[in-house]
Amino acid sequence: MIDAADNVTPVIGLEIHVELATATKMFCRCRNHFGDPPNTNVCPVCIGMPGVLPVMNAKAVELALKVGTALNCTVAEFTKWDRKGYYYPDLPKNYQISQYDLPLSLNGWLEAPLAEGAVKKIRIRRAHLEEDAGKNVHDHPAHTGVDLNRAGVPLLEIVTEPDMNAVEEVMSLARAMHRLVRWLGASEANMQMGQMRFEPNINLHIAHGGAIHKTPIVEVKNLNSFRALERTVEYEIHRQYEAWQADPDGFRLEKMGKQNRGYDDAREQTVFQREKEEAHDYRYFPDPDLVGVVVDRPWRERIRAGIGELPLARRGRYMDGYKLTFKEADALTQDAATGDLLDSAVAAGADAKRCVNLLLGRGAAIANERGCSIAQIGITPAALAELAGMLSGGTINATAAAKVFDTVVLESGSPMVIAREQGLLAVRDGGAIEAWVDTAIAANPQAVADVQAGGKQQKKAFGFLMGQVMQLSRGTAEPGEVQRLLRSKLGIPVTD
Amino acid sequence: MNDLSNLSALELRDAIAGGTVSAVRAVDAYLEAIARREPAVGAYNEVLAERAMEQAAAIDRKRQSGRPIGPLGGLPLAIKDNLCTSYGRTTCASKMLANFQAPYTATAVARLEAAGAIVLGKTNMDEFAMGSSTENSGFRPTANPWDASRVPGGSSGGSAAAVSARLCAAALGSDTGGSIRQPAAFCGVVGMKPTYGRVSRFGLVAYGSSLDQIGPVTQNVADCALLLGAIAGGDPADSTCLDRPVGDYLIELEKPIEHLRVGLPREFFSQALDAEIASSIRLAAEVYQSLGATIVDVSLPHSRIDVDGEGKVSSYAVACYYIVAMAEASSNLARYDGVHYGHRTARDVEDIVDLYCKTREEGFGSEVKRRILLGTYALSSGYYDAYYLKALRVRRLIKNDFDAAFGHCDLLLCPVAPTTAFRLGEKTADPLTMYLEDIYTISVNLAGLPGLSLPAGLSKTGLPIGMQLIGPVFSEDRLLRAGRMYEKASGVSGLRPEMTKK
Amino acid sequence: MSRTIEPDMVRHIAKLSRIELSEEQLATFGRQLADILEYFDKLAELDTTNVEPLAHAVEIHNVLAEDTPRPSLSADAALANAPQRDGDFFMVPKVIGDSL
Ligand SMILES: [Mg+2]
Ligand SMILES: [Zn+2]
Repeated sequence: MIDAADNVTPVIGLEIHVELATATKMFCRCRNHFGDPPNTNVCPVCIGMPGVLPVMNAKAVELALKVGTALNCTVAEFTKWDRKGYYYPDLPKNYQISQYDLPLSLNGWLEAPLAEGAVKKIRIRRAHLEEDAGKNVHDHPAHTGVDLNRAGVPLLEIVTEPDMNAVEEVMSLARAMHRLVRWLGASEANMQMGQMRFEPNINLHIAHGGAIHKTPIVEVKNLNSFRALERTVEYEIHRQYEAWQADPDGFRLEKMGKQNRGYDDAREQTVFQREKEEAHDYRYFPDPDLVGVVVDRPWRERIRAGIGELPLARRGRYMDGYKLTFKEADALTQDAATGDLLDSAVAAGADAKRCVNLLLGRGAAIANERGCSIAQIGITPAALAELAGMLSGGTINATAAAKVFDTVVLESGSPMVIAREQGLLAVRDGGAIEAWVDTAIAANPQAVADVQAGGKQQKKAFGFLMGQVMQLSRGTAEPGEVQRLLRSKLGIPVTD
Repeated sequence: MNDLSNLSALELRDAIAGGTVSAVRAVDAYLEAIARREPAVGAYNEVLAERAMEQAAAIDRKRQSGRPIGPLGGLPLAIKDNLCTSYGRTTCASKMLANFQAPYTATAVARLEAAGAIVLGKTNMDEFAMGSSTENSGFRPTANPWDASRVPGGSSGGSAAAVSARLCAAALGSDTGGSIRQPAAFCGVVGMKPTYGRVSRFGLVAYGSSLDQIGPVTQNVADCALLLGAIAGGDPADSTCLDRPVGDYLIELEKPIEHLRVGLPREFFSQALDAEIASSIRLAAEVYQSLGATIVDVSLPHSRIDVDGEGKVSSYAVACYYIVAMAEASSNLARYDGVHYGHRTARDVEDIVDLYCKTREEGFGSEVKRRILLGTYALSSGYYDAYYLKALRVRRLIKNDFDAAFGHCDLLLCPVAPTTAFRLGEKTADPLTMYLEDIYTISVNLAGLPGLSLPAGLSKTGLPIGMQLIGPVFSEDRLLRAGRMYEKASGVSGLRPEMTKK
Repeated sequence: MSRTIEPDMVRHIAKLSRIELSEEQLATFGRQLADILEYFDKLAELDTTNVEPLAHAVEIHNVLAEDTPRPSLSADAALANAPQRDGDFFMVPKVIGDSL
């Protein structure tokens, strides 16, 4: 474990690869779609056949500009394409079309939320566009199969400065980035599908004996989940510290430079990886098959205008304006559409808190069952506002509102009409409630006896009778009135 | 009309359109010529006889039913074997692609076919277009129809020889540093390298992507105008191809240009140039003068040709061109690795790297390997600035020279190559002497300009001499008209080697 | 001022280029490369300070395609030229991982 006398500061940067949510690939019009049979989303361009040429995807450029702008980057006025040369069977041309010296975006930052409210600004060095490689399939012991469906999918590579000093900061930044790209509609960022992949680079600065000792920088490739990222960073911090303790003079950045390690999923550890040969000489040069992109001011302004409110700003507004708790506001700002739904309902005159209760109650439950966002369950802002209004006005109680909410989600339609059709409007009429109370008392003599006998069964029996009445009324009876009538008929004091 | 090969492409086109000759008869006549003369020339890598006959029959049916057969209706053409076709093979004259069947057709070829042309076959070339004599073909060299002991030039040697020997009505070639213009000059035919971006490169197997252009190889200037009009124009599959309107290059072809100012780049008339060629070019200048043109002395300092005390020739432009072309080639040819298509070694391999190394050792010829190695060197860390980046800066200087020259003249008149067709084997020992073949043509590619090569007569030994007209970007119409002015006034047009007269 | 390229350098470049060279080829190419590079060194005579590199002779920009899918090849067509296939995969000797 880490010796308290050593002041150990982990220094961590992230490279993040994000597959953009386009319909087609970066340089050809094959589908950008995960999970299809091998080599079916391929064409002469993405197979790298002789004589074919790349043509860049307008949407990919647009989405990349959006992310760059949202990351507070300087968007380049002129950006171009370069070839990065290395041989690998999943890279059909044996060069990757990428951006080298004139990336799309430079010098931005993203706020990583720490404890409630606090944030740390992590600097973004650059964000550039490139094409993804295919997939090598390793399920045969003697050889490898190559599937090029993913080859050429647009990829945004985002590189941070090494500004993170703790696992929590890394995870917070990773999550903030995940939320941001989804928020902007730039990527589905589904980790299982490899749509977002992390490469942390990690070393330690150890203040020891009046000097700063720096451990070698380790880069871990291709992490496909938050868990893998978290375990990798934790593991490396301890591994490097122990390696340094064992050999304080040898295990030094100056002596060993940078190293690559892989991640062993099963053991949740990083493992030594043999250097890929000449990996460092990529022979970058401008791709003569593609022309540059001039991003003029009107274009930049149009992008900026299209971005709107970003997640952290919206979360703050919800806490200040709608008086939501941090937890509520955070839950509603996981994606843009859910908050948009809420805001539209409020704009239509609904009470924010009532809307939030509906969305985070049945809304969150349904979204969870379906594995989608709250906005995607399919309730319109108008229906949400109407239902919230019914609650505020007392035309429906919370139990009945939950039922109406479910019906609206399933069949759509007006909550008022549904509530009326299904007889779910709140019933305050004493006569109707009295009839349900009488029926419940007549049908449950044992419970009546338990209540009247007092003792420890009384509370449970009374609750049971309450439930029976509510069931008879199909949730529409005003609960206060039910309670009052039950108590008076059973002859027990009205105050609890 | 018993010998169709007396007809130019334009004349044959008119004859077919007018119904005096059927497309089937035209194809048949060329297939017969191929049967007779091709063994001595070796212009074709593949003759697509059956398909050509079917296409011809379809054209004839179309014409008989009164439907339009297109501006090239029924014309039998030859296509350089680095232009992909979804039929036959596209080999680039390389063992690497000896069996490659492209699932697509190059835009330029597709446009010819859409205009009614018929592809007779694929022509031989220097492997991957790297060479100036067609001796670097991975299969066999092609002979010059004027003298079988001489080269046809290269890399589009097969296309130029096929047109010269009348083994097709016209052809397509590609030009990265002179590969259309120099073989055209050696074979006594017309060849044009259009402005970079005038013709789509889609389906042209890349050598030096920022330099490559497809262009026509024809019997005369009018045929050149006819073909260029069919292949030029924007293409959504090639971002570097400009979507600029294409005029009718034939419409004003016969109309002389008034007040033409013809520039002679003084640096091109050094002692490196064969005296007979130099006087031919000066004679051509006099022809233009007699047509009312002004001759202007211009300078292209960075395309200068130096000859030192020992007779060693050097040129900034040649150095610049080879660095750029080889750097791009080293990357363009990285894809030939035996994984997705093409040759794969049959030897045992240790791992994937070994598979790559052995496959590429076997599949590529020496010149291709040399250029890949040099290009890799020029781009590798530590050498990038001194070679690649330096070459790009010099490239700008070369382009600036042309811009300045066109401030004083409308077009440039100069040689195509320093000599007439040389002997097979004469320059294969030393790669550098072969590179100097391109001394008058490469600057045009570096600057992205159009260049037209046309016959300027025959040498005393009976070999064709070419002359070159160079214009500003997108001045193809001007070059063609000026070329036609010369043809008409000089009477040098439609040169035919002896072998075609038998 | 004729120079030579060390065999190790030629070997390195050949490795980067993924071309196997015999010892004999190594020597021949080494000589030829040296000659050609010496020729290329002529460019060093020119002062190119403040000269912008020119990568494309005809300078155009912003040529973009709409993000609309077009038909792809079938797996069979895609693999038709493959030297070796394993079902619908291109087949190569064992490699580790993906490159990206
Ligand atoms: Mg990258
Ligand atoms: Zn594709």
